[in-house]
Amino acid sequence: MSTVLTPILTKFWDHPQSWTLATYEDNEGYQALRAALDKDPADLVAMTKDSGLRGRGGAGFPTGLKWGFLPPPDGGPRYLVVNADESEPGTCKDTPLMMAAPQFLIEGMIITSYAIGCHHAFIYVRGEIVHVYRRLLRAVEEAYAAGYLGKDILGSGFDLDITVHAGAGAYICGEETALLDSLEGRRGQPRLKPPFPAVAGLYARPTVVNNVESIASVPPIVLHGADWFADMGTEKSQGFGIFSLSGHVTRPGQYEAPLGITLRELLEMAGGVRDGHRLKFWTPGGSSTPIFTDAHLDVPLDFESVAKEGSMLGTRALQIFDETTSVVHAVSRWTDFYAHESCGKCTPCREGTFWLKQIMTRLENGQGHEGDIEKLDDICDNILGRAFCALGDGATSPVTSAIQYFREEFEQAMHTPWYELFPPERSTLFAKESQPA
Amino acid sequence: MTTDHGLEPLHHQTPLQASEEPYAPDVLDQLTADAALIIARYPQARSALLPLLHLVQSVDGYVTGRGVHFCADQLGLTTAEVSGVATFYTQYKRHPNGDYTVGVCTNTLCAIMGGDQIFDEVSEHLGVGHDETTEDGRITLERVECNAACDFAPVVMVNWEFFDHQTPDSTKVLVDRLRAGEDVTPTRGPSRVCSFKQVSRVLAGFHDGLADEGVGAGEASLRGVRLAKEQGWTAPSSSTASVQHDTEASPEAQAGGMERGGYGSVNAPTNEPDEKPGDGEINDGRPAGAQTEEKDA
Repeated sequence: MSTVLTPILTKFWDHPQSWTLATYEDNEGYQALRAALDKDPADLVAMTKDSGLRGRGGAGFPTGLKWGFLPPPDGGPRYLVVNADESEPGTCKDTPLMMAAPQFLIEGMIITSYAIGCHHAFIYVRGEIVHVYRRLLRAVEEAYAAGYLGKDILGSGFDLDITVHAGAGAYICGEETALLDSLEGRRGQPRLKPPFPAVAGLYARPTVVNNVESIASVPPIVLHGADWFADMGTEKSQGFGIFSLSGHVTRPGQYEAPLGITLRELLEMAGGVRDGHRLKFWTPGGSSTPIFTDAHLDVPLDFESVAKEGSMLGTRALQIFDETTSVVHAVSRWTDFYAHESCGKCTPCREGTFWLKQIMTRLENGQGHEGDIEKLDDICDNILGRAFCALGDGATSPVTSAIQYFREEFEQAMHTPWYELFPPERSTLFAKESQPA
Repeated sequence: MTTDHGLEPLHHQTPLQASEEPYAPDVLDQLTADAALIIARYPQARSALLPLLHLVQSVDGYVTGRGVHFCADQLGLTTAEVSGVATFYTQYKRHPNGDYTVGVCTNTLCAIMGGDQIFDEVSEHLGVGHDETTEDGRITLERVECNAACDFAPVVMVNWEFFDHQTPDSTKVLVDRLRAGEDVTPTRGPSRVCSFKQVSRVLAGFHDGLADEGVGAGEASLRGVRLAKEQGWTAPSSSTASVQHDTEASPEAQAGGMERGGYGSVNAPTNEPDEKPGDGEINDGRPAGAQTEEKDA
């Protein structure tokens, strides 16, 4: 095995009080902030650019570049909003990070706010993870008490307040402009871009919206240097990331590694596909990224290599499914999700996901009609690139990729229900305790 | 407010039930005081709407018509604007919720790992379907979407606390205990699950002091870091930074709430959506767009 794990953000999650400020400070916490406050804000933006850090929320946009898009200060407020609305099916990295070590995020936010000239930053955390919300509230309290937040932080003259805001259950609010509308107290629907949030974001003011893991990666970069970060990973996908293995794998969990590691390497670390079974299909970065098969075990999990193979690195949410799993059933359930979560703002997504759901449901039940596969492809073709935001695009990914790799299962779905072809009790975690009927 | 007002809902899923029953004066005073604290967290008052709706649920157990009116009054919105937001988000309930929301993840991965079977068996066991509440008012059963705990599949959430690696039998025991009034302990969370109303108050941003309870991370979350330690794998090092200890949080902070830093909601004028900061002639330190009408007004 050539690639090894690089615990940085996950390094002290096994500490019995991992979430406290004291534990964080015992593990280099807030040393980066002291260093950052001595630097020129522009140098911090440059350093983040040089590190090659790209957005860890799925799209992979260079983080430093995003900061650099803010217009010059005009005397009015500028905002940092952290996207902690982790809801993409399969994605489960920010939630354990914020539960186990929330101070990475808080310190990253202070440094980022200093770099971009923000004095009031927000964390938009999904409302369905209430203990994470408690940990964030507590982390902010501890940071205030220690003088890392509030007025004149560490005597630097820099002021910052952080508000932790709980959402209320809407996948679409992970889309950055929908998140901003939601944070403004509206229905979470995406905005037309341009203007981009950098120009007119929260309250129509210049705003940076970044993912939790992106911001949490900032303190280690500031502390150890842009080169340290850039030396990890691949040439264009630099640094480390948390890879989340779930599903039919022996030891599912969080594995922090340089970008470019392969699923074969990760599976070896995780004990392989569960005993007696073999890999059938997997998602490289959540349900919105086209599925891969066992032919893609050696694809380096970096932005470019995954894209070259027709998918997206996304959030490194590796959902592993073995041969007991019906692709049609899996895709149908994802399609239900997109139809449920479509915000209804634009027609291609609102209507398209509704139609996809109808067709997938009848296919799932073995009642597909002649031409349904072509119709699915055609509907996807009419959503992809035509929807208002990436939710619509994401809805098409599982459908088109599943047809590409497993067309014969869709053909079987014309006459045979999924549960006859793939008895569901064989797939469950508690398969052993299920008695045959 | 213990009377059964017996009002028919306007529609079985509208939030405009029980509008005729006003809040008791002491309840209204407390709500108003809490609302002021929430509004003060934001530069613009309307941002307080989501936490205010959580606050309404912490008192009423769902979004009532009087709750909608309350939010509208606090924020200077119409009831239609508030209802439009309340009906967009799944955590806002349009009819009385049980004391415990039991949410079985039936998104693809959890469903395949056993979530479908869990939901079916628990649904049969309780005699209720999705978004329905048991007759004793204890449990509202839901299918929930991916709750960001896939490495712990199949996952069941009780009032948004994690119950990892569930089975049909473990979940049936769980709901029986909840109905019997016993305390239950999540896998990753505080020492006991709070009621729906209590959790709604937390979601409104009011600390319940339970943040330091429970584990930092579950077993699956630790697999990578444990393996790295076994194998002696570490991230590359740079210049070794010295470890230093800083002060503990002060007692005031340990006890305190969120309201600090002195940020107050001022409804500062903003840019128009199509206006670029710096376009206007702004040299007096005022926010861009200060000359224009505030768009929410």
